Amino acid sequence: MKKVVGIFCVLALAWACSSDSTEDEEVIIPGEKEEVSFERSAMLINWADNIIIPSYEAFSADMEGLLSAFNTFKADVNEGNLIALRASWLTAYKSWQHVEMFEIGPAETVGFQLNMNIYPTDNEKIDGFIVNGSYDLTLSSNRSAKGFPALDYLLNGLGDTDAEVLAFYNGDNEEAYLQYTEDVLKNMQSLTETVVSDWTNGYRDTFIANDGASSTASVDRMVNDYIFYYEKYLRAGKMGIPLGVFSGSTLPRNVEAYYEATISNDLFLEGLSAVQDFFNGNHFNSSTQGESLASYLDALNTLKNGEDLSTLINGQFNTAKSMVLDLSAFRAEIENSNTPTSMLLAYDEVQKAVPMLKVDMVSAMSISIDFVDADGD
Amino acid sequence: MESLIAKYIKAPIETAPLAVFRILFGLMMLFSIVRFWSYGWIDKLYIKPQFFFSYYGFEWVKPLGVYTYLIFLICGLAAVLVALGYRYKLSIIIFFLSFTYIELMDKTTYLNHYYFISILSFLMIFLPANANYSLDAYLNPKKCFQYVPSWTVNSIKLLLGIVYFYAGLAKLNSDWLLKAMPLKIWLPSKFDIPLIGSFMGQEWVQYLFSWSGAIYDLSIPFLLLYKKTRPFAFVMVVLFHVLTRVLFPIGMFPYVMIVSALIFFDAKVHLKILMFLFKVFKINGARFNNQTVFNERSSFKLRFKHMVVVLFFMLQLTVPFRYLFYPGELFWTEEGYRFSWRVMLMEKSGYAQFKIVDQESGRWFYVDNTDFITPFQEKQMAFQPDFILEYAHFLKNHFEENGHKSVQVFVNCQVSLNGRLSTEFIDPTIDLAKEKESFLHKNWITPFRDEIKGI
Repeated sequence: MKKVVGIFCVLALAWACSSDSTEDEEVIIPGEKEEVSFERSAMLINWADNIIIPSYEAFSADMEGLLSAFNTFKADVNEGNLIALRASWLTAYKSWQHVEMFEIGPAETVGFQLNMNIYPTDNEKIDGFIVNGSYDLTLSSNRSAKGFPALDYLLNGLGDTDAEVLAFYNGDNEEAYLQYTEDVLKNMQSLTETVVSDWTNGYRDTFIANDGASSTASVDRMVNDYIFYYEKYLRAGKMGIPLGVFSGSTLPRNVEAYYEATISNDLFLEGLSAVQDFFNGNHFNSSTQGESLASYLDALNTLKNGEDLSTLINGQFNTAKSMVLDLSAFRAEIENSNTPTSMLLAYDEVQKAVPMLKVDMVSAMSISIDFVDADGD
Repeated sequence: MESLIAKYIKAPIETAPLAVFRILFGLMMLFSIVRFWSYGWIDKLYIKPQFFFSYYGFEWVKPLGVYTYLIFLICGLAAVLVALGYRYKLSIIIFFLSFTYIELMDKTTYLNHYYFISILSFLMIFLPANANYSLDAYLNPKKCFQYVPSWTVNSIKLLLGIVYFYAGLAKLNSDWLLKAMPLKIWLPSKFDIPLIGSFMGQEWVQYLFSWSGAIYDLSIPFLLLYKKTRPFAFVMVVLFHVLTRVLFPIGMFPYVMIVSALIFFDAKVHLKILMFLFKVFKINGARFNNQTVFNERSSFKLRFKHMVVVLFFMLQLTVPFRYLFYPGELFWTEEGYRFSWRVMLMEKSGYAQFKIVDQESGRWFYVDNTDFITPFQEKQMAFQPDFILEYAHFLKNHFEENGHKSVQVFVNCQVSLNGRLSTEFIDPTIDLAKEKESFLHKNWITPFRDEIKGI
């Protein structure tokens, strides 16, 4: 009987120990580990303090610049101010490409990406809103009538020439056009403020403290979001969908910044370099590097003696970049030829990085993609 | 030989081990069903998806929409009746059928331990597990037997032994033993586990776990069989499965195995467990001690039953070796991988991008897999050839129904196995719509570039 009792004690203990929460505090003994000595928390700190928050702050400043350019334009509607406003819009749009991938925490809560950059924009809806004067930009159904793509329409798409565009802002309905543009900008600015202030007041610490290895840990979630962004928004959204690789026929209307027409490739390249900088842990706007996915892979590789995955991924990013650099603006590439062959070839190179990230990288890091809460064996 | 048969097959032994096994099995299964249900997995895995991956020959087994809950309900009730030993034969047959139906609905969710439950419950159909300490025996004293032929208990031991030993054999390969793969990938990411987490990144720990895992699997059946090593072996069973439970998300499996291993103990232990239960539930256990022996009277039915059991074990012993009939690396092609106790041997993942070509218009496009299958299904599909083929056929049908003409389906698939760089998995020039599923080798799988030595 004693034996049985003993066995059941062990069983009960096992049951208790194996609870799903492993929140127990544990003193981390530093040093001495020669093998995988990579500290995920150092990478999280580098991400938050040197990349994510500085990128957000730069973007926030560019949003301020955009708003003040608008105020100047509003006070004095003329061609010079329109051109200056467009330039600020472009600066902010490029800056946006450096924060679009961080759809985690505060950004995820407010749906930052979905509120700021859904395209193609619904120009008819925008026209209707301006004419009616009644709209609620906070509704999710109105996401296609706001953000950068809406500004693209409002600043570049109302007419073919500057004079035609200006005519809307100093014509019969000038109040309504200025008001709508201002409302779109204010909405973007307030979302940006929320995200930036949430990051600096609290979320940064939450993000860094969650340095475990579960599917809900910061590294796992960030890597998922990062790959999701690369695959869905950069690869498919900015290139694949307008190219028609998912539909069988080209969709030029789906190009980012469709009305501006000449900058979609630049926006893509900004996004790609932001992705690569994040991969390498490059501090924002600086050549300093910190702990990153690349250094993590290198640390794991010393153990595995495998192929140098970080070099291969960087190589693929570089190839993709140089192929896209040779392209003209995407809208021209797509509209000016029956089969946009060179853009398709460039897309293939962008595509090739997906399995490297989604299969090789996460496999090496033992991070599950699209974590599914189910048993394994 | 005669004496061996007499001892291990015919000799009457106490029914208690079989009865305790039946009770605990039923309770574990009930708990499994309740757990599965409460996590919302029925809805997520069997109702939400619009497409399900079928086993070859079982394409007719599909989830039944909202009635899928009913199958789980039936399965759970059958588990309760099995535990109680009420109308046992019918209950265990219903349990086996409903549980197996659930597992056949979508092979995305295939787990070795679900297969284990299926075949174990099949075996239990032929065991007189209700012979005593059951409602059946309680209600009908004529059907109450204190002793059963020893093969009934030994067959469960044999099945458990096969599971462990074959799992051990499967670990005798160069990736597991010489490279400590895939533990070398999995363990370092468990750095945040209390107490042992800080050791998980060390190479010697990874080798220690690999080797001791293989030795454990190969030796544990024998250590459990011998009386002298049995207590030690059982402690090992508990430690091993608790450790796997802590390190990996393997659900109920550790508990099922720990409880199952109790079968190796003497009847005395089981009688004590039963006494304890009687005390708790205030049942007079004395009426079960009637000194009667469950006699198997020779008849056609009995011979048929024995033949089924013998055939069952012959299949269990041979099926795991069917991979020998296929060319190429087993871990890569997975032809003959399932149903063979190959557990936790691979860190394998893939990426599959399907290209649809409309031959009439010449137009082509890529498929967004999220339009048709869940992330879980996509993940499993991307590195298993039979999934890829079935999905390709589904895509062909889908797009032809949507107006495309004579559709070709190509796939660009990259797979990484045990830390190797991902390489091409399927010949991208093959029109999968033209390929048929069969038990033959799929020659459109790109051969494995490396070599894994071993069984």
